[in-house]
Amino acid sequence: MKTLRLLLALAPTLAFAQAVDRTQPPALEKPPALKLPALERASLPNGVTLQLVQQRELPLVQITLVIAGGTKLDARQPGLASFTTRMLTEGAGTRDANALQGELAFLGAQLFANAGTDAFTISLNVPKRTLGEALDLLGDVVLRPTFRAADIRRQRDLRLASILQRRDNPNVLASLAFSQIVFPAGHPYHQPTDGDSATTAALDSATVRAFYEQTFVPERAKFVVVGDVALPEMRALLARRFEAWTRGTSARTMAAVTAKPVANSAVKIYLVDKPNAAQSVIYLGAPGAERLSPDYPALMVMNTILGGSFSSRLMSNLRETKGYTYGITSRFAWAPLAGPFAISSGVRTNVTDSSLVEIFKEVKMLRDLPVDAVELERAKAYVALGVPQRFETIGQIAAQLVDLGTFSLPLAWLGDFVAKVNQVTAADVQRVARQYLPAETATLVVVGDVAKIRPGIEALKLGAITTLDVLQVAR
Amino acid sequence: MRLFLASLALTLAPALAAAQGTPLRVPVTVDTLPNGLTLIIHEDHSVPIVTTNVWFHVGSGDEKPGRTGFAHLFEHLMFMGSQNAPYPQFDRLLEAAGANNNGSTTEDRTNYYEEGPSSALPLMLWLEADRMGWLLPPMDAAKVDLQRDVVKNERRQSYENQPYGMVYDHLPKLMYPAGHPYSWPVIGSMADLSAASLEDVKEFFRRYYAPNNATIVVAGDVKPDDVRALVRKYFSEIPRGPAIERPAPASFTPADTAIVLEDRVQLPRLFLNWHTVKGWHGDDAALEIAAYVLTGSRTSRLTQALVYSGELATSASAYQDGKRLDGDFSIVTTARPGKGLDTLRAVIDAELARLAAEGPTPREIEEAKNATEASFLRGIQQVSGKADRLNAYYYQTGTPDSFQADLDRYKAVTAADVQRVVRRYLRTSRVMASVVPQGKLELAAKKVVIQ
Repeated sequence: MKTLRLLLALAPTLAFAQAVDRTQPPALEKPPALKLPALERASLPNGVTLQLVQQRELPLVQITLVIAGGTKLDARQPGLASFTTRMLTEGAGTRDANALQGELAFLGAQLFANAGTDAFTISLNVPKRTLGEALDLLGDVVLRPTFRAADIRRQRDLRLASILQRRDNPNVLASLAFSQIVFPAGHPYHQPTDGDSATTAALDSATVRAFYEQTFVPERAKFVVVGDVALPEMRALLARRFEAWTRGTSARTMAAVTAKPVANSAVKIYLVDKPNAAQSVIYLGAPGAERLSPDYPALMVMNTILGGSFSSRLMSNLRETKGYTYGITSRFAWAPLAGPFAISSGVRTNVTDSSLVEIFKEVKMLRDLPVDAVELERAKAYVALGVPQRFETIGQIAAQLVDLGTFSLPLAWLGDFVAKVNQVTAADVQRVARQYLPAETATLVVVGDVAKIRPGIEALKLGAITTLDVLQVAR
Repeated sequence: MRLFLASLALTLAPALAAAQGTPLRVPVTVDTLPNGLTLIIHEDHSVPIVTTNVWFHVGSGDEKPGRTGFAHLFEHLMFMGSQNAPYPQFDRLLEAAGANNNGSTTEDRTNYYEEGPSSALPLMLWLEADRMGWLLPPMDAAKVDLQRDVVKNERRQSYENQPYGMVYDHLPKLMYPAGHPYSWPVIGSMADLSAASLEDVKEFFRRYYAPNNATIVVAGDVKPDDVRALVRKYFSEIPRGPAIERPAPASFTPADTAIVLEDRVQLPRLFLNWHTVKGWHGDDAALEIAAYVLTGSRTSRLTQALVYSGELATSASAYQDGKRLDGDFSIVTTARPGKGLDTLRAVIDAELARLAAEGPTPREIEEAKNATEASFLRGIQQVSGKADRLNAYYYQTGTPDSFQADLDRYKAVTAADVQRVVRRYLRTSRVMASVVPQGKLELAAKKVVIQ
């Protein structure tokens, strides 16, 4: 945007309204071609790389430190990776948690540390004028976290309370149950990334520090910077603060994943009882696809048609035709290993069975019949032309770079993606629908008033029904 | 909604101030069509996208008794097809052009917006004009019935099946006297939603969905002359509607009430609500700074006293909500396992009493202002965010580009202002709601008289 260019109001140019033919939508010009931001690169003296996109519209800078790893590293103690990451901002260097967070707030900065399934990200968003001071704090957080026992205990108590609250929320329960069932114990997606009450209660300062020392290592790190700053300046600012971060040998590796996602031979149904629930929350799906699958573009198009947009088949049917729900979506969770694919919705209790009938009908239709050209082209345009909207804010641009980097993909990959989406055919959509959409092999979780919904679901004769207790799901 | 969705020395302050010389600017042009439609255009060529954002100056505050929830139900009907774009063309045409869309309803206004490649602008404007001018010809009772069901599902999902959600069904009628435009929730009641008729839809449309009651912002990678030509082409024929009477609620004495609700939750949660002032009132910004001083950051007073040093709560948040006609201030906090809400209530009262007696420190004020300024910068990165704010500012102040003026309100707040508004508004009558796990009424907070 041009913040400083003041436009003068032009005299109204159209005094006369002409008769307008509004019976047809206007013909549109060709959409603008995808223009990706220019990426600059450098290395710090310790070998950590720096990627930078200059974005001079506003005096803001986003610095994201990405460290490969993430929650896949803590399979033996689920929650340890995310807790360790959380503790980075609970005291560092000479500052306790209050001093650290108070100073960040005073600088107008936001600092978030997050553990994804495959990478840790520590993100600083800061006005340009306080960049240097905020980077001092970032250096402390990454290199000198304190992990004091009292701070660990306090955050552990807060996390235990939030784990307890999972029992309240039917959407959380459905999602937890679904992942626990589809990915067996030992698989990195089996447990919630925040762990459960038993693994959380066992967290202590020594465990957290040991995990930190083995995982937050410069060998796996890179900086992604977007904003109002030039590469040489940024490199110098970072080099000074991270020169003490030297390479070691203690990096923790991930145990090879041997647990395989479930492969149902029939539909399996799991009911979680929430007496008097106003709605039933449905999660229906199966293990999905790997992010680097060659089917990714076709899957994005197929999912848009099924339940990934307002005009999708599931929305048109269950919301706009039947009035069963406020919303229904389908989505693939994209990660290096195949994450879950799920169709999810909250539906009125007394139409839970009817909703399942319609969901299965839509899944089968997409598997059995090719999509027509209009629907196909609409979905392709929606996916391909939505890409530029991911490049507005400095946080969005950084997130795109981080996401692509997780899969070792260059920025230019997005151009290839758009081209591949535009080449998807009706046959491709049907092929991936048949391969990935579960019909006879789905895992189905319903969280609702079991006494009211069970008879109707049984009558559908979809498959075996298991009842789960809330306490089994949200441990 | 349609869906988804320190320890730094104070010597730093001059350095910050020195860098603050450049005012925030979101340059616009403003045109008004003969039929009363206001067009606001903002150019931003950084990304080849465009957004349109239409505000109709009608919300739940304009509803009639017995028809609560109607403005929002009507919002849903705006997506159900118009004369030249019958259902389901609205979503389909936009998606085929690579654009997304949505809408939302508050007490004061209803907005509709699209965002997509700049090439999609003519389509966005054609669709918005068609439903502004020609919504009723294809409207029928079946569409009303269907969206009534969808909205009831939304109410189930967002309130009834949401932990603690039902408290928001109770608060409006406790905070405002019967008949006040803010005395019912935007979502409305199930009974009133059931009562809404096709006739109501037609009457509401004719009264409120007229160009003279609407403003449209077009922001993004556009040429203003092209935008003006398109808007005049598609909207000029839509006739001006009748002048609109706005509700003018009488002044009232705020209630001093405590209620207890049982819910299927693990932990009790306390809601404290005070009647305050409307948006842009002279005390509005000071109340927002007060909210920051209470819960805006880790070191804020209530966050410290309740969550960290006190270890009584899992979270605490405070919020000044200055609406068009009136405003309220809320504090929400959730107890840790084993803690009762009266303990939390007592801590909040003690902290409010201390803030009223001593006022905030210079550093607290400085931090709040720095955080506010940074959030203003972050808020104008996206054309969609800018477009909605331009519409909001135009409605609130008559000047779309009021970003700097708005920020200046916060920068002008002094410690004495904060102390004064805490004394005046937060040490007086209030509505207190305790939501407790079923059968745990003893965990509720006790009503006390504030001196």
